[in-house]
Amino acid sequence: MRVRFWGTRGSIPVAMTSAEVQRKLVTALVAAAGRGLDTAGKARAFVESELDFSVSHTFGGNSSCVQLETDGPDYVLCDLGSGARAFGNALLATRGPSGHRFHVFMSHLHWDHIMGFPFFMPAYLPGNHVTIYGCHDTLEEAFRRQNAAPSFPVDFSRMEARIEFVRLEPERSYDLAGLRVRAKRQHHGGDSYGYRIEQRGTVVVYSTDSEHKQDDPEEVAAFVEFFRDADLVIFDAQYSLADAISVKEDWGHSSNVVGVEMCQLARARRLCLYHHEPIFDDERLARLLAETRRLEEITRTDHRVEVLAAYDGLEIAL
Amino acid sequence: MELAAKRFADTVALFPTGRIDHATADSFKAALAPHLAVVAAGRDRAVIDLAGVEYISSVGLRVLILASKQVKAQGGALAVADLQPVVREIFEISRFNLVLEVFPTLREALAKLSPAALADFESA
Repeated sequence: MRVRFWGTRGSIPVAMTSAEVQRKLVTALVAAAGRGLDTAGKARAFVESELDFSVSHTFGGNSSCVQLETDGPDYVLCDLGSGARAFGNALLATRGPSGHRFHVFMSHLHWDHIMGFPFFMPAYLPGNHVTIYGCHDTLEEAFRRQNAAPSFPVDFSRMEARIEFVRLEPERSYDLAGLRVRAKRQHHGGDSYGYRIEQRGTVVVYSTDSEHKQDDPEEVAAFVEFFRDADLVIFDAQYSLADAISVKEDWGHSSNVVGVEMCQLARARRLCLYHHEPIFDDERLARLLAETRRLEEITRTDHRVEVLAAYDGLEIAL
Repeated sequence: MELAAKRFADTVALFPTGRIDHATADSFKAALAPHLAVVAAGRDRAVIDLAGVEYISSVGLRVLILASKQVKAQGGALAVADLQPVVREIFEISRFNLVLEVFPTLREALAKLSPAALADFESA
């Protein structure tokens, strides 16, 4: 299985500012001084090997959308934030306009997780088939409502793909799109649902918009089991722990610290920080990743968890 | 969870030892409770000296923030002091150093919270 991140930002899409672009350029140019980078090849090699990620790249600003590339012919997504627009456009450019089958697992129906669908071009094209799975009873209503006046000029009825909505029950396993899928209710305003997705022994847990209050040992144990032995846990780490349990308590998000602890307890192989705080720039997110790796190192016992930070465009082969 | 206590004038210093994690956080919370109950404005203060704590998890940090909230609600003051290097890093990464008053030593915490407690500490 291969996991591809199309949108990794929490709450609202963001874009790099001119000042940030300029700061990266200045840093790169100073680092390159006297290096004789007089060809594109030399410059590219320098950028790829000698600059920090936060200088040579960006974490990106699209909201939640993750693709799971399976062995099957269908396309599998988690959430339809603004990253879904980029996914749809890339697909049409490389695979043609129609004949595509999509399966989408929705964590919840907050704006930042559905806002990409009105711009998901395959949904407007006949011959495509989109199945949207979720545990909320307002699943279909939420999508129809945003693709309608006064929120959007093009009505849902103008989408010519076959679009269906399928309600899932949490804590029940389903075989869908060649995957074994189980949803789990999470603490978030109006509830959210994490997904444990398995294919031939490879396990991905998609757990975003999930606050872990940690005041109930049984609930902690249930999440540890949900994460158990996962190859990859995609984890909402929007807040610092201090914020999550003080000023932002009950805002529905978690932290890097809890992510490390839960993956350690569950003996997960990889933790991917996700749903990034929109006010964080690339430098701040790179620091968050470095700190989280350090935390994993100083608290490690007999099990190492590889820590990653999601960015728009990241691909992880499992 | 071991929790020794020592009084310096109007301030109680608390000395937990070992690991504060999922297994021990509840007993840490229970051990703190009677000491926090008496902390009140103008009458009492508390310092939790973490020199004997080798590791604190998010659950343990949650106990500290609940303790801080309780003491503030009672009009008192609570600080932590003397963090081992690993615990200090955990405080920094979790940003707890920004929401709790953290001092390098018990003496410095007492100096900030209460001149009377500092004098008692110095004379001990």
